[in-house]
Amino acid sequence: MPILPANLTIDMPLARRHMLAALGLGGAALLAPRLAFAAAAETDRRFLFIIQRGAADGLSTLAPVGDSAFERTRGVLAEDFSGTAKIDGMFALHPALSGIGQLYAAKQALFVHATASPYRDRSHFDAQNVLETGGTLPFQLKDGWMNRLLGLMPGGTRAMAVGPTVPPALRGRIEVPSYGNSALPDANDELLARVSQLYAADPQLHGLWDGAMQARAMAGTEIDRTQNPAALGRLAAKLMSGPDGARVAMVETSGWDTHFGQKQRIANQLRQLDAMIGALKDGLGAAWDKTVVLVATEFGRTVAINGTGGTDHGTASMAMLLGGAVNGGRVLADWPGLAPGALYEGRDLKPTLSLDAMIAGALGSHFSLDPARLLTSAFPGSAGKPVDGLIRS
Amino acid sequence: MAPVQTGAVQTALNRFGLGAKRGEAFPADPKHWLLDQFGRYDPSPPIIAALPRSPAQVAQFAGLQLERRDRRKERAADYKDEPMQPSMQSDAQPAQANPEAALYRPLRDSYIEAASTRMSLAGTTTTPFVERMVAFWSNHFAVSIDKVSVLGLAGSFENEAIRPHVLGRFADLLFAATRHPAMLLFLDQAQSIGPNSMIADVAKRRGAAKQPGLNENLAREIMELHTLGARSGYSQTDVTEFARALTGVTVSGLGRLGRMMGGEIGRTVFVPQIHEPGARNVMGKRYGQDGEKQPLTILADLASHPATARHLATKLARHFTSDDPPAPLVARLEQSFLATGGDLPALYRVLVESPEPWDSTKPQKFRTPWDWTVALRRACGSDWPARPTVSVLNQLGQPVWKPGSPAGWDDTNASWAAPDALIRRVEFAGQLAQRMAAIDARQLSTALFPDALSASTTQAIARAESPAQALSLLFVAPEMLRR
Repeated sequence: MPILPANLTIDMPLARRHMLAALGLGGAALLAPRLAFAAAAETDRRFLFIIQRGAADGLSTLAPVGDSAFERTRGVLAEDFSGTAKIDGMFALHPALSGIGQLYAAKQALFVHATASPYRDRSHFDAQNVLETGGTLPFQLKDGWMNRLLGLMPGGTRAMAVGPTVPPALRGRIEVPSYGNSALPDANDELLARVSQLYAADPQLHGLWDGAMQARAMAGTEIDRTQNPAALGRLAAKLMSGPDGARVAMVETSGWDTHFGQKQRIANQLRQLDAMIGALKDGLGAAWDKTVVLVATEFGRTVAINGTGGTDHGTASMAMLLGGAVNGGRVLADWPGLAPGALYEGRDLKPTLSLDAMIAGALGSHFSLDPARLLTSAFPGSAGKPVDGLIRS
Repeated sequence: MAPVQTGAVQTALNRFGLGAKRGEAFPADPKHWLLDQFGRYDPSPPIIAALPRSPAQVAQFAGLQLERRDRRKERAADYKDEPMQPSMQSDAQPAQANPEAALYRPLRDSYIEAASTRMSLAGTTTTPFVERMVAFWSNHFAVSIDKVSVLGLAGSFENEAIRPHVLGRFADLLFAATRHPAMLLFLDQAQSIGPNSMIADVAKRRGAAKQPGLNENLAREIMELHTLGARSGYSQTDVTEFARALTGVTVSGLGRLGRMMGGEIGRTVFVPQIHEPGARNVMGKRYGQDGEKQPLTILADLASHPATARHLATKLARHFTSDDPPAPLVARLEQSFLATGGDLPALYRVLVESPEPWDSTKPQKFRTPWDWTVALRRACGSDWPARPTVSVLNQLGQPVWKPGSPAGWDDTNASWAAPDALIRRVEFAGQLAQRMAAIDARQLSTALFPDALSASTTQAIARAESPAQALSLLFVAPEMLRR
């Protein structure tokens, strides 16, 4: 299943979840509050990171149709853009991204092309580690850059992993809870209370359980058990809404590793991403205006199509900043070109913009943090300079 | 934190094994009990042997693909996007998103059958240490039913490629896993074609719209995940060269090409007509053109490479100790691998005879959803429905043979010990305990963890308001969540 977190499926019959009216916050309050939660967040600005695991093809997402080498090198993958209008002098957006296209028209979407993390090899797993830890080398840092971002924010800023587990970007010194749509029938409140007691003396389980109770309280009483991209978008919106909602959150998507038959698969993937963003925007309502969504992947894919109608692991890709807070309606790119001599190692789109610098610039402005300080904390070792002007003032 | 104190028996049962089995006597000599399993292990017990083999599964898949093509033709006589090799094209669509999912129902049924058989076997086996190693290697050489072509084959992959070699040499395990149809389909090898092969030349002369060519997916993942490990010195050129050498290794009977070749369906074959001609250079060594022997020689060299020894030693040590495994244990495993030419039982013996996995002062491993459900099943006894458990594993975050990536499931605590994941276990425990309410949790807890039960667990069980609640609490007790 494509865009859903890899470990969620839609096999199970839907069941009702009775929310812990009595226990929810009450149960959590019984426990020592080890999570850095305050009564209400000091910022009303929100940030969501949607990670595209598997190396999403930037050239199929935002195609450089104005590059004279595009059609020749992309073969069947260029066909998707034959009837598509350019959004600026160079690029056209994949037709499956109609909602994101509207955001672009409303100046709420900014695309960054030919961008990459500092990682330059072609391992998904190493590259995702760099993308999430914010290091310059795989497994150099133990904690995630989003956790360090939290450390710079006012104490008590809430964060949330939207899914069953906490992805590496959110792991670190500050414990971050996770919450996902589950189709399992609810455990009764009495059992939950007794589990709290059972874990009271176990530091690890106590912390996790505390986080779980908090997250359930935040998710509210009406639980949507549907498990598809739009439902995930709605859930993220719900967890990020209200004065007590998370201000920093993350959603994981997978299925972007299109070695085979990319034309159909990428269309499907992008359609689902578009649906997730649409549901998120609707769910956030007015809060959308104070929101920045980052969509990014670990690396790009080969410029040339491979022998099986797909593309292999590459280097630079594209990233998106979406949301009412984004100073959008433009593409940020120092376009390297697709001619053979312009490619990285003769096969990949060459990275010309630092993803780290872009993220630090955007989130520095968004959360009123010193971008230079954010860059050194979130992405130590990054050689870039924070990019200015990405967020509406 | 104060880890649950476990004696040697607990370590043998839980860390090396799959959890204590209800009604079974505890081993008197834990180490002997573990090593003795090598002699008693059955690579093909009757319930496994009764499952369909891979050629039949490939044939079924191929038949469904043709049916799918015919249905499409009926629907649209002027269907213009007829893919060149229609039978492979469905790989392009993840099973869930496929509008023709109903067509693949038979494959889904055989997946569920194979996965629940795996659960039944894990729940009852008397060689649980070896069964753990089967799951370990199956995850090391991960295939995923994310691809519809793998749906019917994932079980046969484990049963045909892993089980027979789990007590053999690593090189044989690597050969079997690489050459199994499930792997060739999952990592796109079956359709990779040498750009200068005979078939590619024909396509060029005809000016075919789609030129056949390389797909480097399998070559890269063999080097990065199955053998050398990332950052071990190979380059992009090595990956591409290895991919060229692998061309020709494919599955018979699939796609237009496969049907053209005729012969028995669903076998791993070498087709010289799609093999890239010429010598290859991989990691500084030249491999002459020798047909299928060319990729197999490269594979053999990868299997015995020092980087492979280091990579596997680290993964094995992590599985039996902690996220950051102790360096002396890794070094011991590495030396054993190099000294024995990759003899797997020798590695297992190093693990059993090393002090590190038995160190009960160190924090324990957090059980994965698979490990946890298997441990519950063994704790409850064998009269436990396997099939629903397979569905529940989706909700617990670890669907059988469906890891999110070719790297398989992660083996570190942070990947599994998370708030929402924990609450799902409590939900499932509550549901299961209702069905198992005849079991007395007080008796079961002392039977499973004699002298190793924490005071808080004992107290929680004793004070429970009902037998089912007591059992639920035992299922999610710290002792059950870790190994």
